[in-house]
Amino acid sequence: MSSAPEHDADHHGLAGGDHSQWAFGTDFEDPLAGVDTSIPDGVDAHALAQYCLMLGDDALISSHRLSEWASNAPDLEDDIALANIALDLLGQARLLLARAAAADPTLVPLLPPGSPVPPEDALAFFRDESAFRNVRFVEPVNGDFAVTIARLLIFSTYRLAVLQRLVCSADTVLSAIAAKGVKELAYHRDYAGRWFLTLARGTEESRRRLVAGLTLVWPLHDELFRTHAVERVVDGQGIGVDPAVLADEVGVLLEQVFSLSGIDRPTLPAMGLVSGRSGRDGRHTEAMGRLLAEMQVVARAHPTGRW
Amino acid sequence: MTVRGETSQPGRSVQDEWPLYEIFVRGKRGLNHVHVGSLHAADDEMAVRHARDVYTRRNEGVSIWAVRADLVVASSPDEKDPLFAPAGDKVYRHPTFYAIPDNVPHL
Repeated sequence: MSSAPEHDADHHGLAGGDHSQWAFGTDFEDPLAGVDTSIPDGVDAHALAQYCLMLGDDALISSHRLSEWASNAPDLEDDIALANIALDLLGQARLLLARAAAADPTLVPLLPPGSPVPPEDALAFFRDESAFRNVRFVEPVNGDFAVTIARLLIFSTYRLAVLQRLVCSADTVLSAIAAKGVKELAYHRDYAGRWFLTLARGTEESRRRLVAGLTLVWPLHDELFRTHAVERVVDGQGIGVDPAVLADEVGVLLEQVFSLSGIDRPTLPAMGLVSGRSGRDGRHTEAMGRLLAEMQVVARAHPTGRW
Repeated sequence: MTVRGETSQPGRSVQDEWPLYEIFVRGKRGLNHVHVGSLHAADDEMAVRHARDVYTRRNEGVSIWAVRADLVVASSPDEKDPLFAPAGDKVYRHPTFYAIPDNVPHL
């Protein structure tokens, strides 16, 4: 950006000369370009990679679901809002999957020789369902707008709490990704919270749909706070956070929204595990296979394609 | 899902459409807020959120004003001549009738 100041003048109007927001994403080829991806001392690289997969897959699957609202939202303004949120999460997914691939290259699916597909894309588009580590909470079909708002409120409140802790991660890459994500998640939570309140206090119909939506998404909510073995390891090494310790904090925040909205916290039992395994172990809901089929079909048809 | 402009239940006192807001954005280097467009929103706060999503996605702004369009007082096109034509022939109101000194920059 130092050369040709005359030409740059136009762009400065947009960027304002403040380039701090371009800490990531200036290089379309390598999302972690210029970032030191070496593994800190005392950190289990495999556990770090697994943990990044979990966080990255949560964002990726959630992003895909939200992107399905494009052109389908109740109005143009929310169409763009949901697409923006989806794009924020996709950006987080890209960085986290790139971090996972850098920490443990053996996780990345093998592609035909000469394939230009970068590691983070290979992880997103060429893994099978059982290799995804996202919570089941983000998988089910969108339902109506109220279902999406109920799900987004819970997910963004949970994820913001996670990323706020990760800002202090011993892994500097994870810490930087979290610092970027915190600002994005704060907006997602604000957006979902406002809509939650608006629907709850709107018409009889909007309230009915919101309560139905909350009831629908609630049984998978407990899984967000279930500690997985990988999370216990990364928590012990100072690079990750045990989600169980966030349950109270997130519960209080949700309770505030519920109380303002005049809606009771659901008391539904949690959806059971499958042979003791959940989304974090690669056991997913029925909707996941169809979601992946749609998300991956084009990339898989052209494994050597250039995009 | 309801199509915009369609009420969910006929006969209820639900507005057909959200109110229209005019959006003004101040850029990082701009001194004043500039009108960038309009949008619909359910309430005032949501208007600011929507403006952020619709009009500042490419890092355009640091401040947003949202104004209910029905609160804007506008001149009428019918009044164009009485309001503006008289200024058309008063070229002496432009500060152009003096020599610009060479050593004063940025003029």
